[in-house]
Parts: sequence; C-alpha cells; structure tokens
Amino acid sequence: MMTRRHIAALGVALWFGILALTPLLADNYTIRIAITIAMYSAMALSWNFIGGFAGYPSFSTAAFFGIGCYVGAIAQRSGVPLVVAWALATVFVTVFAVALGAIILRLKGHYFAIGSIAIVEVVRLVVSSWGGLTGGGDGLNVPLLSGGPDRVATTVLYVMLAIMLAAFVVTILVDRARLGFGLRCISQNEDAADMVGIDTTRYKIAAYALSALFCGTVGAVYASWVGYIDPTDSFSILLSVKVPVMVLLGGAGTVLGPIIGAGAFVMLEEFFWANFLEWNRAILGGIIVFLIFFLPSGILKLDYRRLFRRKSPVDRTEAA
Amino acid sequence: MDILQILVNGLVLGALYACIAVGFSLVWGVLNIINMLHGSFIILGGYLTFFAWFYLGLNPILALPVVALVLYALGYVLQYIFINKVVTSPVLTTLTLTFGLDMILYNLMTVYFTATPRRVTMDMGSADILGVIMPMDRVMGMALAFLLTGLLYVVMRASTIGRAIVAVRMDRQAAALMGIRVNRIYAITFGIGALMAGAAGAVFAIVFPVTTNLTGVFLGKAFVICVIGGLGSVPGALVGGLALGIIESFAGFVLGPQHAMTLGFVLMLVLLVVRPTGLIGVKGYE
Amino acid sequence: MTEILRLENVSKAFGGIRAVNDVSFTLNEGEIVGLIGPNGAGKTTLVNLITGVHKLTGGKVIFAGQDVSRQKPFQAARRGLARTFQIVQPFPAMTVLENVAAGSLFGGGHTAMADARQAARAELDFVGLGAVADQPAALLSLPNRKRLELAKSLAMRPKVLLLDEVNAGLNAAEIDGALSLIRQIAARGITIVIIEHLMKVVLSISQRILVLHHGELIAQGDPTTVVNDPRVIEAYLGAKFAARFGMTPPAAPLAPEHGAPHV
Repeated sequence: MMTRRHIAALGVALWFGILALTPLLADNYTIRIAITIAMYSAMALSWNFIGGFAGYPSFSTAAFFGIGCYVGAIAQRSGVPLVVAWALATVFVTVFAVALGAIILRLKGHYFAIGSIAIVEVVRLVVSSWGGLTGGGDGLNVPLLSGGPDRVATTVLYVMLAIMLAAFVVTILVDRARLGFGLRCISQNEDAADMVGIDTTRYKIAAYALSALFCGTVGAVYASWVGYIDPTDSFSILLSVKVPVMVLLGGAGTVLGPIIGAGAFVMLEEFFWANFLEWNRAILGGIIVFLIFFLPSGILKLDYRRLFRRKSPVDRTEAA
Repeated sequence: MDILQILVNGLVLGALYACIAVGFSLVWGVLNIINMLHGSFIILGGYLTFFAWFYLGLNPILALPVVALVLYALGYVLQYIFINKVVTSPVLTTLTLTFGLDMILYNLMTVYFTATPRRVTMDMGSADILGVIMPMDRVMGMALAFLLTGLLYVVMRASTIGRAIVAVRMDRQAAALMGIRVNRIYAITFGIGALMAGAAGAVFAIVFPVTTNLTGVFLGKAFVICVIGGLGSVPGALVGGLALGIIESFAGFVLGPQHAMTLGFVLMLVLLVVRPTGLIGVKGYE
Repeated sequence: MTEILRLENVSKAFGGIRAVNDVSFTLNEGEIVGLIGPNGAGKTTLVNLITGVHKLTGGKVIFAGQDVSRQKPFQAARRGLARTFQIVQPFPAMTVLENVAAGSLFGGGHTAMADARQAARAELDFVGLGAVADQPAALLSLPNRKRLELAKSLAMRPKVLLLDEVNAGLNAAEIDGALSLIRQIAARGITIVIIEHLMKVVLSISQRILVLHHGELIAQGDPTTVVNDPRVIEAYLGAKFAARFGMTPPAAPLAPEHGAPHV
C-alpha cells in the first residue's frame, strides 16, 4: 500500500517537474500546451470537490471562470495592480459561489444540472448586455503582461502551475479531513448523511465554493495572458462540460483523477486540433462517447484484468 | 406598438416555443434524460426542410412529415444504440453522453450545411385584423405548431404506444412485467422527441431563418419552458411555451430583446428553487 | 427518574390530513418505551417530528430541558437524538466500518478520524459485526444491515435512540438476538423508543407503552394495562371485533390487522 502511494507521489512530482521545465526545454507551442494543462488541471481539481466528492452534477464551471476573467480584467483596467486584481477575482468568484450555492444546492439531480447550466447563460447574458462595464459583445482588452512573449508565457506557466499545485494540496487536505468524508457520505446518501449529523447544507456550499475558487483565479490569469476577453469565449458551455469530462476521464472523486484526466484530455485535444481542424468538435464528441462506454469510472479505476477477461468469452464462442 | 400586437406576436412565438419544448419535455419526463441533442435536432429539421424546398422544390408543409420521419429514425437509432446503454445512470453520465453526441451532429452540420442562415420564403402576404398586422407565414407557423402539439397530445392519450410510454414513465419495472419492451419504448420515445424537434425546426424555417448558431438558443428555450410549465406533460409544455413567448414579447418591448432572454433564464432559476414542479406541476406524462 | 424528552401537544398536518394530532408524553432516562399503533397511525411521522425531518405544525419538543422544535436532522443527531430507519439507509459504497465511523465522527463528536474509527470498531464488535468491518456495506444481508444501522446510531453516542421497525423482516431467532441487543443498549443508560408493528415484541421488552391511532395518543401505561384498554383493542381489531370479544382481553397478545408485514 505504501509503495503504491509513493509511486503516485513520485508520479505527480515528476509531472509537475516536466510541466515546469518546458520553458527550458521546448518551444513556445509546447509551453502553451503546458499552460493549458496546468489551467485545466486546476479547474478539474476544483470541479472534483462538488462533482466528484459531493456527487453534484455541476455545470457552472464556465460561470466561475468567466466571472474570474471579467473581474480580473475590469480591476486591472481600473488601475488595480496585477496580483491584487487576480486575488480580487478569486475572492469575488468565491463569494458569488457561496451566495449562489445557498440557493441552488437545494436542487438535486437533473434540476441541479439544469440550474447550474442556466447560471452560465444568465451570467453570460448579463455580461453581454452590461456594455458600460464589460464592453458588451465587443469584449474587453486586458493590459498585457510586461516582457516579451517568452517571458509572458513563462510567467503565466508558473502562475498556473502554482494554482494547480494549490488546488492539488487542498484536494489532499479535503480528502483526508472531515469535509471530504462528509462529502462522500452526501454523494452516497444525502438523507442518511443528514441523519448522522452532517450539516449537509454547509458542506455542499463549501464544496461548491471550492469548485469556484480556483476557477476564478484561473480566469483572471487567463485574461491577463490572452489580453482580450469576450462573453462567448469566457462563458462557453463547452468549458462547463469539458472540465467534468476530464475528471470523469481520470476518475471522479479521486485525488489524482482530475490531473490525469486533464493532462490526457488536453493532449488529445491538441493532437486533434492540429491534425483535424475541421472535425475537432466531432472528434471530441467521439472521445466523450467512447469514455462513457469504455471508461465509465475513469483511467484510475480501470481494471486491466477485466479487459482481458472480456475477451475470453469471445474466444470461446469462436472456438465452438 | 400597441399591446394587442405585442400579445399576438407573443402568441406566435409561444406556439413555436411549445412545439420546440414538447419533445424535450417528453424525453426528460419519460427517460429521465436531459437531451443536449435537442437544439441540433431542431436545426437539422429546419435545414432539411430548407434543402427539400430549395433543391427539390418541395412545399415545406409536404416536407415536414418527411423530415419528421427522418428525425424519428435518427432519434430511434441513437437511443437504441447508445443512450439505452446508460439510461439508468446518473444525470452526469447521460447529460455528458448526449452532449458528446451533439458535438458530433453539430460538427457534421457545420461542415455539410455551413452556418449560413437559411429560411424558406413563402410570400403569403400579411393579414391586418383590428390593427394587428400579422404576416401569413407566421400565422401558418403558429397553426402548424398548435396542430403538431395537439397531435402529440392525442397520440399520448389515445394510442397504444402513447399509453405504453406513460406506463413506462410511471413504473419501468411494472411496465416490463406487463410485457412492455422497455428499451423499445425508450427508443420510440426518444424518436418521438426527435420527431417533434424536427417538425418544430421545419415550422421554424418557414417563419424565421435557421442557422447552426441557434442550437444552443433552442436548447436553452427548451430548458426554460420545461421548468416553467413543469416536466413531462404536453399541456405543461404548451403553457410554458406560451408563457415564455408572451413574457419575452413584452419584455423585449419594454427592456429590449437581449434582456428578454435573460429574463427567461432568471425566471427559470427562480421557479426551479421556488416551485420545481412548474406552474402546472403534473406528475406522469398525460 | 430524570426526564430526557418531552412532547407538548405536538401536531403535524400534511395539507388537510392530520398525521399527528396533539400528542404529549414524557420519556425518562434509561427507559425502554414501546410506540405502537396500526398501519398509518403516524408512528414514523412522530419519529420524523422528534428528529427534525418534518417541521411541527403545532406544539413543542423539549430535549434535555431545551426547546428543539425547530431543529434540523443533523442538529438532532449531534444533540443525541439518534434514530434508525424502517428502510435501512447505509452509505453503500463505503465499508461497514466507514459507515459507523461517519456516525462517530459527525454525530458522536469525535474530531480525529482515528478516534472515530476506534469508536466505530467498538460499536461494531458490540452489535456483532466486527468480522465484516472491512466489507462494503452494500454486501451485507438484511439482518446485518439492521445491525449496521444500530451500530451507526450507537456511534453517535445518543441519549435517546428511536428504533423504527428494527425487527421488520427478521425471523424469530433474529428478533430474539435483536431484543437482547436492545436490552444491552438500555443498560448503557440510553433511552430507547421502540417503534413496532408486532405487539408481541414490544410487550416483551417495553417498560411502558404508548399507543398511537389516527395520529392521536389513545393510551399509555405499562404493557398489561395498555393491552386491556378497550380503545386499544378497538384500534387494533376494529369496533365490530371488539364488540364480539365483549371487550374481554384476548389471551394471546394481539397481532396487527391480518398480521400483514409492514412495508
């Protein structure tokens, strides 16, 4: 058991190391992929709190990310220093999630899913129509980071990696603490969780807030990185589905699953973007369909022996 | 613009909305699946109607049943092959699966049909009744939408298939014990959902231009209408659709069209929390 | 005897239906009290009112001198008002030990995970599930799942334990086992309310009986008095039968209507 844990720790350290070393070893294209991986890993780890631990099918990731983008951008444009703007975005998004969670976490199952999607739409529509503050549909220019493109990419990479690391550390802490245990109880049987003395409302809000927090930071940093944001890009339903898919790919409710899933998904996506530009959406859809049928509990929980066992009845029928 | 005109516009829109949502509501109510493909089904129906009219010179009203059948077949096959396998899984799985399938369908449509807005032009003139001006194609669209919705209502209530669907919705296990082949009923239900979407798309193409960019909008409308009207009933979808149409029509006049859409979603969120059974709140597909 | 739980004129209406009507009684520390009544008498609703699952329409629940009428279920659990469910409610994917540890961690006031597990193990040994502690809860047989419910509730270190039909679905030997377990729990000073359908079981173990009928408390007292109460006989057998028996107490303990198992 200890050895398995050591291997996992070593693997994670190695993975962080590889991502962190890309500026020294690889070109800008690879650095960009490393940034994307770190960014999605942080968001996948976030989603895992509500979707994995608590088992609530939340599709509001894009709302948190998008609000992070806009709060960061607007703060910077009004002269707030960079890091303060990022922090502000984080705090704002977290408060938003707590307030929202208190309302929509009363919903369950399909209704919660629909409600969480609707939130993304409402926020997008509000941002689109609030032209005076957000630039409306035209979007906003965000002050560029100082330094040349290489330095910017390196800085963004390290910031994103730091967010990813923070999300990972919080995941480990939650996993071992009462909160993680309580959330797992909620995901299995919420009424029973209530009956053993878990304050389910508070626990769910905590999970929802954690699922928002890092997305807010990531959004603000992303806005500074790309230098321009608009409502369609910032509040895309695609993002809201992609992040849960990454977690499912790796293994929902596990500590390593989100990192594995995000890494695998981003690299697959890059590969298909580069080679099948016109069909990339269909191919991503195909990956999702494949995932649901062949990897229902994720890469981490893949039972390799069963894969072989499944083959044997086929062999037998062929022999007979 | 006077109030009567706004009201009539709202009714036309509402009839179309009801037609859009009724299939989505059926699938959600019976299969317990949030069908993310629904918006693409509608657009596909609209495009197919347009092409039948544009290239084959087929009258859209004649094209409609053909298009509807094509979509029924598509829906049936998708459910039978894919969705039936995970139909009892949690919402996260089923929603994600239909989203994945939607990505494929959407991509196919953008590649083969492009995102160019397409519209069937019928040039039927317009009517002026008591100062309310109404283009005739819209009147026809409204009539068709009501007709289709009514037809589904009759099928659900009076046909064997309709009663079987209701039985499966109420109790899957009991229905199976009664000799109903549940998987087949699920495929038929999903097929009917797609059929209604395709028909709604055909009607839409007569009245407004359709483009792949609208898939998300239509899907969003279906969400809102289902929550307003309550799940799983034809009357619910009708009330929800008409309510949303009229609300949007008035809100568009008072606040501007952009805010009208926001209002719909906000209304939905409020209703979700306050009264998740919807305004009608029936249980069991009637 | 010290009072631990008191109900004052507790009522609950669902729409127009009065499920529980003006019920008042007192429980003392360490007592075993039976709550009986025919199907639909409002027994489970009453448990739900005491543990905060339903909101009261009227009246008060006083626990250890404190008005807890507005508490939520998790607060009831933390205060020491534990219950088991008629239909067992495990966390299916967790091990048996983890299920019980959830009780000791959240309801039992243990703050450290290791302490919670240790306490959980002790309760599992107490109910006789020590050997299956590391199995997933979903694999347990029905009697064992009932024991798991019991262990989970005990791990919450309750002052009052409400047992809702813990014996339903068990055979005679299993019921005997459950009853001796209940006596041992009472010996630990925990007040027990045993909600039962089978009169025989309740009569053999309870020091006091409360009888609920159509949401009203129609009788309370020691088992012999209650069994001979004409209103209780009528509630169980119907007016016609009661008249035929000439209101004489039947020799054998009463069975519920047609002896139908409770769903």
